[in-house]
Amino acid sequence: MTKQGGEVSKGKHSPVFAMILSAILAGLGQIYNRRYLKGILFIVLEVSFMLTLGRFINYGLWGFRTLGVTPMEDHSIFLIIYGLISLILVVFALGLYVLNILDAKRNAERLKNGEPNPTFGETIRNIWDRGFPYLFITPGLFMLTFIVILPILFTVSLAFTDYNQYNSPPGNLLNWVGFENFKKLVTLDTWSQTFFDVFTWTIVWTVVATTMQIALGLFLAIMANDPRIRFKKLIRTVLILPWAVPAFVTILIFSAMFNGEFGTINRDILSLFGLKIPWMLDPFWTKIALIMIQTWLGFPFVFALFTGVLQSISKDWYEAAEVDGGSRWQKFRYITFPHVMYATAPLLIMQYAGNFNNFNIIYLFNEGGPPIPGKRAGGTDILISWVYDLTFEINQYNMAAAITIILGLIVTGFAFYQFRKTRSFKEEGNI
Amino acid sequence: MSRKTKSRLEVATIYLVIFVMFVIIFYPLLWTVGMSLNPGTSLYAAELFPDNWTLDHYKWLFTDPDSDYLIWYKNSLIVAAANAFFSVILTSFVAYAFSRYRFIGRKYGLYAFLLLQMFPAIMAMVAIYILLNLIGLLDTLTGLILVYIGGQIPFNAWLVKGYFDTIPGELDDAARIDGAGHFGVFFRIMLPLAKPILGVVALFNFMAPFMDFLLPRIVLRSPENFTLALGLFNFINQQFANNFTRFAAGSILIAVPIAVVYLLSQRYLITGLTAGGTKG
Repeated sequence: MTKQGGEVSKGKHSPVFAMILSAILAGLGQIYNRRYLKGILFIVLEVSFMLTLGRFINYGLWGFRTLGVTPMEDHSIFLIIYGLISLILVVFALGLYVLNILDAKRNAERLKNGEPNPTFGETIRNIWDRGFPYLFITPGLFMLTFIVILPILFTVSLAFTDYNQYNSPPGNLLNWVGFENFKKLVTLDTWSQTFFDVFTWTIVWTVVATTMQIALGLFLAIMANDPRIRFKKLIRTVLILPWAVPAFVTILIFSAMFNGEFGTINRDILSLFGLKIPWMLDPFWTKIALIMIQTWLGFPFVFALFTGVLQSISKDWYEAAEVDGGSRWQKFRYITFPHVMYATAPLLIMQYAGNFNNFNIIYLFNEGGPPIPGKRAGGTDILISWVYDLTFEINQYNMAAAITIILGLIVTGFAFYQFRKTRSFKEEGNI
Repeated sequence: MSRKTKSRLEVATIYLVIFVMFVIIFYPLLWTVGMSLNPGTSLYAAELFPDNWTLDHYKWLFTDPDSDYLIWYKNSLIVAAANAFFSVILTSFVAYAFSRYRFIGRKYGLYAFLLLQMFPAIMAMVAIYILLNLIGLLDTLTGLILVYIGGQIPFNAWLVKGYFDTIPGELDDAARIDGAGHFGVFFRIMLPLAKPILGVVALFNFMAPFMDFLLPRIVLRSPENFTLALGLFNFINQQFANNFTRFAAGSILIAVPIAVVYLLSQRYLITGLTAGGTKG
């Protein structure tokens, strides 16, 4: 800054000095680089950021650390929210700060090599071109931050507090309890037993129900695609009908149909064989009913997917197989099945993930019931419906949040592992 | 057994299987229609084929002063239309940036979308409730719409980005030579060529509010703000068996239009999903 503009000879301008200046105060390095307008703009932005949000961030971070000190006055829940917003703002500001330092360094290096600063017009163009993608993702990113990311961070935070029906703001202050809730879940018998039961059933439910719907969808797609079959269009339309009807309507209707006393399944159909099954009262039969209903609801989507793929498999494959004397099973095993699976794998994975978190069917059919004496969850509760009950029925927010984290980790890990193996993801990863 | 009889037997088996599936599919649907035509309101006395069938329940839904059905219908349409419109705009912006530009944070952004779409909405419910409460949008349709729009981004941005990737970059270059800027390429090249996938996204987001009852249940409190799904759920939840015939009538009135739209558009839905989902 001591030298007059333009007089710096090649090699004397120091990038390190520019970086240090920019690290002290955003914009100083830019001024050192003789980009005065840019430097002043950065300083103005930084100062106004501190002036307008400094207090809020300070308060937010204090609240997040302490969760409040006076009951009735400090509301721990709001303090967590403010704290998380502050953290997001800080991360965002730090990101910009790093960019500012890198910018000063890059600019100084150019000056050192004797390249002239861009003109004003060039700068504007440059900002427009480089900043355009950010401009386009900003509205989406903003919504995403507040509606998806912040709530997830909030849930994660709750898992480390003691927030439950007996200890809730504004009357009480919350405390950070570390991994206490997770420990309870594993070591405390009342919790660990229930958790284990619910977890096992969730896995069984996901695997059986999803596999059933995929198998039925595949089976029917091959049947309906047989060249000897006529009225294909009608058959396809009817077979995807269950997908077209809103699921919550069908589930509630099934719930009435399976009603033990006056539901049509027992009254009109099973009575013909002299049977009466306690669909809603015996967990075993409720589970059977749930799997059947999910198969009914889920196979049409798979059927529609597979039908599309089957039509796109070239006839040459089958003709070649026939020349080689391949049996029907071999044709299915080595041509149809790999083709279908290759084309639809990511969507099928989504089906498994969807059922793992299929709250609607469990809750709407029997609200996770029937209740089991001595257990903290209903007989057919899966993890997600149990979390709903814990949160909204008995207000065990901290335990619900802890289970949610476990649930989230499972789904993410599984999905990530599977997605990595698919082609689309590999291509994307190479960029 | 000759080859011909064997083939005939097979075809007959296939038809039999399909016939059985038809029965399994139609039975619950027809049963609901039957229930909705029963004269009483109780499920105990209802019959599959009522002797003196009546359209009273449909009339009640539309004309009775106690019925909020039309308001719910209107609310659902508002939420659905707003959600479809804003979701398409916001999602295509994001997808365009991720498909056509290389910028810092791009790769991690894509990973993040993939992970975030796996998280079930229920994980966020408590926080969404508190946030909406903070900004005074609890129990409003605006609040519900905002949550829908934000929540759909990870899944749909990935879908649309996959489709944008299949549009050749030469088209962009040609447009740029003709003087189109960033916006020009977006509005004149990408949007028109991506109509099929944008149609899919619009349809998904239009349908979602008709099918979802969980989020409205947490966001909306007063009956005049209910959407159809929530209204109908409460209908049946309060006095399960006593309102069933009315519930059946109300369900049919939303299931029929939705089913028709789905059946007409399923081909595009599937091609859109496979194109964006697997080739992305």
